[in-house]
Amino acid sequence: MASEKRLRIKTLIMVLAMVVCAVTGDLLLKRGMSEAGAVQFSGPGLGHALVQMATSGMIWLGILFLLGFMASQMTVMSWADYSYVMPAGAFGYALQTLLAVLVLHETVSAKRWVGVLLICVGVVLVGQTKPRTSEAAESVEKAVASC
Amino acid sequence: MLTVLLLFVLICGSTGGEIAISHGAKKTGEPERMRPWELLVFIGRVMSNGWFLLGIPLMAASFFALLILFSWHPLSFVIPISALSYVVGALGAKYILREEVNAARWAGVFLVCAGVAMVAAG
Repeated sequence: MASEKRLRIKTLIMVLAMVVCAVTGDLLLKRGMSEAGAVQFSGPGLGHALVQMATSGMIWLGILFLLGFMASQMTVMSWADYSYVMPAGAFGYALQTLLAVLVLHETVSAKRWVGVLLICVGVVLVGQTKPRTSEAAESVEKAVASC
Repeated sequence: MLTVLLLFVLICGSTGGEIAISHGAKKTGEPERMRPWELLVFIGRVMSNGWFLLGIPLMAASFFALLILFSWHPLSFVIPISALSYVVGALGAKYILREEVNAARWAGVFLVCAGVAMVAAG
């Protein structure tokens, strides 16, 4: 029972780290790409876009946060189910909306609040299930080999 | 047409990559303690795993598709459609990773998918 509680707490901490890094990283990337302008889908256009991306501090900082997201995601997925971690991570969208209202004093539409509510109910539902249900990795190897 | 192709790369690349990395992380085994050095060693071990090396190109393709889509379309278009990756990911978890996706988890996944779509569209 104590180990079950410990498993839930450490999963929760890592999912929170994932969410904070993902929200910050996405925000920085969106700002960086908007500053760089629309990407043209041609040889020179893609080359120009790559140079713009490589020289944007905002995009590099965004990438750094997304690396933090990936590190925490890898760690949590070493013990928890993918189908548990993935929807729980969507709590980031709810956090983004709350930050928009509380910090940026933005007005949020009713549709977006309904979305936040659906995400929170979904995350609570997933959170009630056992964080780990999968068998040892070898059984997956066998399943992949039999395909 | 290119937008549809990029959305496909975005959804399948990210879920396929995460599934491969999830499997690689489980094969590595969880770190014994949550100390910075042990976490770094753990991440190094996951990154030298073949499944991780399979997942990275898939996720990189998804990442570049996302960047291009962000430059062409507003977030309110890209994110609601990419929310489908929650359903695709749950299917992958059930049939590839052999996880037990029970009714509560399915309900949660669909609510999250609908919620993410509504937040981004709103």
